[in-house]
Amino acid sequence: MELLSAKGLSAGYGKTVIVEGLSFELREGEVLTVIGRNGSGKSTLLKTVTGQLSIISGEVYIGERGLGSMTAAETARIMSLMLTDRITAERMTCRAIVESGRYPYTGRLGLLSKSDSEVVEDAMRLTDVTDLADRDFRFISDGQRQRVMLARAIAQQPKIMLLDEPTSYLDIGAKLRLLTLLRQLVRERGIAVMMTLHELELAQRFSDRVLCLADKPLLGTPEEIFSGGRIAELYGVPEGSFCELYGSAEPQRIGGEPQVFVIGGGGTGVSVYRRLWREGVPFAAGVLHENDAELPVAKALAAEVVTERAFEPISDSAYAKASALLAKCPRAVCTLTTFGTTNAANARLLEQASALGKLEN
Amino acid sequence: MLTAAAVALFLLSLTVGSSSVTAGEALRQLFSPSSGLANTIVYQVRLPRAAAAMLLGGALSVSGFLLQSFFGNPIAGPFVLGVSSGAKLTVALTMIAALQNGFLLNSGMLVTAAFVGSLLSMGAVLLLSGRVKSMAQLIIAGVMIGYICSAVTELAVTFASDADIVNLHNWSQGSFSGTDMGDVKVMSAVVAFGTAAAFMLSKPMDAYRLGEGYAASLGVNIRLFRAALILLSSVLSACVTAFAGPVSFVGVAVPHLTKSIFGTAKPIIIIPAAFIGGGAFCLACDLIARSLFAPTELSVSTVTAVFGAPVVIFIMLRRERERRAG
Repeated sequence: MELLSAKGLSAGYGKTVIVEGLSFELREGEVLTVIGRNGSGKSTLLKTVTGQLSIISGEVYIGERGLGSMTAAETARIMSLMLTDRITAERMTCRAIVESGRYPYTGRLGLLSKSDSEVVEDAMRLTDVTDLADRDFRFISDGQRQRVMLARAIAQQPKIMLLDEPTSYLDIGAKLRLLTLLRQLVRERGIAVMMTLHELELAQRFSDRVLCLADKPLLGTPEEIFSGGRIAELYGVPEGSFCELYGSAEPQRIGGEPQVFVIGGGGTGVSVYRRLWREGVPFAAGVLHENDAELPVAKALAAEVVTERAFEPISDSAYAKASALLAKCPRAVCTLTTFGTTNAANARLLEQASALGKLEN
Repeated sequence: MLTAAAVALFLLSLTVGSSSVTAGEALRQLFSPSSGLANTIVYQVRLPRAAAAMLLGGALSVSGFLLQSFFGNPIAGPFVLGVSSGAKLTVALTMIAALQNGFLLNSGMLVTAAFVGSLLSMGAVLLLSGRVKSMAQLIIAGVMIGYICSAVTELAVTFASDADIVNLHNWSQGSFSGTDMGDVKVMSAVVAFGTAAAFMLSKPMDAYRLGEGYAASLGVNIRLFRAALILLSSVLSACVTAFAGPVSFVGVAVPHLTKSIFGTAKPIIIIPAAFIGGGAFCLACDLIARSLFAPTELSVSTVTAVFGAPVVIFIMLRRERERRAG
């Protein structure tokens, strides 16, 4: 079921259009992650679908109803928001922060009923912040703060949760905990989550679908978006620098005549590749099978890579190519300790390097 | 406890003075008035004065608290932001115009004049607040606006006709003296309205503490809410200025002390508490102002500054420490 949708939406500040002609829908029980370069309009989009920024053209629907025809009090019972704004309120306990989520449900004076308090306690238990309830919100860690803010968003009992970069400032452990909690909410309560993220590897791991903001916006499953060089193109990183399988990026390779030949494989050579890159030394790598775990790193960082088809013994032509490269390199490194049958040719490369006196440890 | 302190101070205000009236006598006069000297003193001098100190002190504190919510800044207040001085200027100009043209002013006209002045200097502060980002700069801007208004007021007072300068001069320094029961009626109406309306805003004020973005997402109509804060705080501080002249630092010091005493900043608690606390604070300061060097009176603003200004310094130091710790 579609909880939120946009049709031909253009959004921006004043008359400046930042996002143009965007259409998408957010379904019950899914995580939709918005990615895009800095300034591509991720936050603008979130602010627009919550009604904080006026729509320039097009329409946003909450269920069947147009956003424009709804009051702020109505949308507050359906959508909750988690922003990047830092809260500086003095003398505000974490419980008071979570309690503010009950705003759309309380009376004229904002007094909490017993059931309101139960919802608050329940939300705090879920995000594991019950112990922090009486602490001053200003004096807890960033990770704790985000969990309190998440409890607040949950206490609002929304159908849709919108989160603007919920993982910024968090350490990796806190990032994983927060996003795992979101998945749990989506699974157990059928809440729909729409969030922006800068970390592509997290977007890939935690999203059901990804919306990629660019001149031509893309919407699809992580598998669709993280393929065909789309991400590299979107972020303007060189082809091959971005590992689509893991969603991680490597820096740009150092080109030129290779100075070191690295015989690696199975992940053993990665640390050598990285060290050579840091030292600014162009290098060659091989022979690597096309399904080798370290091939993405080698392809991103090495000046030249010699490859062989997956599961096939290294062919004579690949060996000859590697051998020629090795002959031209002043130095060589081997990170392999055992060679299987398909990898036998690499053992011969090692002998050759040793015989030429180029081998280093 | 706060209420008890306020009541005690109120009674004390009725008894202390150049002519002695016992507490028992004062109470008797309050509940079963009889004629005589004590009656005159209580009803024509001390009761109106004590009522004024109580009501106006409360109004100032609430006005300060509203401004602090508006700016998200604990040192904001009607005096430091120059709002009181703006009101002082328009009231002085109105008084001078009235004196020179020989028409009589009623208290309603004075409150209106003060309200216009408050809004004018508030407008200036708001224009500046869009451009300056730090709270210190905002306060400096407010203090400067206050100085400009005071300078113009002094100038106007200097050129006013001699006979009335003394009166005008006393008022422009801040004092609760010279209030009569008619004034008390007008100020009770204005202050009761302003404070009750502020209390009804305590729910959105609580949400607004999280910042504009969150408040809006919870359903607060930000424009309407901000306008209401400004109007109410201006009405309250204008009422004070119209009757007692500018009274300094109460609007900053009392809300802060109240928050410390109650250990919270929840508007639903702080608004009534600051009102009572502000009343007690001003009663105490007024007592000191008129009894310390009796029969000479100090301006009440002098006394509130002595107690209030250090609180402002303390808040700034603490904020700095917390900024570094947090």
